[in-house]
Amino acid sequence: MSQLNPTAVPQVAPVAIPVRDLAPWALFAALLAVVVTYFVGAEQGAFSLFAGSDVHEWVHDGRHLLGFPCH
Amino acid sequence: MNARSFLINGLIAGLLGGLIAFVVAIGVGEPAIDDAIAVEEAAAAPADTEAHSHDEGEESTAHSHGDEEEGGITRGQQAGPGLATATILVGAILGGLVGIASAFAAGRFGRLSPVATTALVTAVGFVAVVLAPWLKYPPNPPATGSGDTIGERTALYFGFLAISILAVIAAIIVARQVLAGRSAWLATAVGGAVYLAVVGIAFAVMAPIDEVPNSFPANTLFEFRVGSLITQGALWLVLGVALTGLVNRAWNRDVADTARREAAAAL
Repeated sequence: MSQLNPTAVPQVAPVAIPVRDLAPWALFAALLAVVVTYFVGAEQGAFSLFAGSDVHEWVHDGRHLLGFPCH
Repeated sequence: MNARSFLINGLIAGLLGGLIAFVVAIGVGEPAIDDAIAVEEAAAAPADTEAHSHDEGEESTAHSHGDEEEGGITRGQQAGPGLATATILVGAILGGLVGIASAFAAGRFGRLSPVATTALVTAVGFVAVVLAPWLKYPPNPPATGSGDTIGERTALYFGFLAISILAVIAAIIVARQVLAGRSAWLATAVGGAVYLAVVGIAFAVMAPIDEVPNSFPANTLFEFRVGSLITQGALWLVLGVALTGLVNRAWNRDVADTARREAAAAL
């Protein structure tokens, strides 16, 4: 249905991408995820790298609605 | 298909999911937040004139949620661009992670197509990252948690989240062992049982959080928690639908390329 040519439907088996090729992307994405999650979810709440509360206040509603502990 | 295309597609899908989640949150989440802040302000007003918040004047983090507070960030900013920042950032990051996880999954779950494994990854991701933590440590609206326990609550929440994700990885490892010799049905059932067992034990053993004051209106609490679940559900749903669509397109292109190459070789 998705392809135009019904006469030749090749049965292509999905080939796994080698872990070697995936590992650096996964590592970088995981590190970035930790940083973003920290700033959206915890900065100036449970932890505080920067003084004040502007980061907390700015993402405040999102922090609550995305399920992170807040007060 | 390679890691690059999975990551790009994931980021696009996640961005879209975050954007939709923002719109949904305005509809289903913000009213409850406003109600909760109104409750806080009503409670604070008669007590004393100097604005104080629920955390008993602990001045380090003491803040109320009304507009007249320090920092110059208004409720309008919090509910508009601030909320959008949070949902879109988290959406893009989750999209990237789901994309990479789908790249790992493609071709590693029996004969499932990359589109099917991507759908599976997204569905499992929603259960592990949103639904399970939501059930154990449901989100609370502003003005219901104590500032004094934020460290403990954060540790418990992220601890449970980590256990849930590790349980998924354990379940997949076990399921793939089973799949090597037995049916896909058995592999799925055993994998599901492993996840439920691990998370079930954590659910039973980990300390509860019970801080919402009895005086807080139950309907507002319920509305907020459901609103939070719908917001995150919208993010994951759009992310999943968009990502499977994009992976489908990339996969069809791969299949067509292979067919063309085979046809050319046969000439």
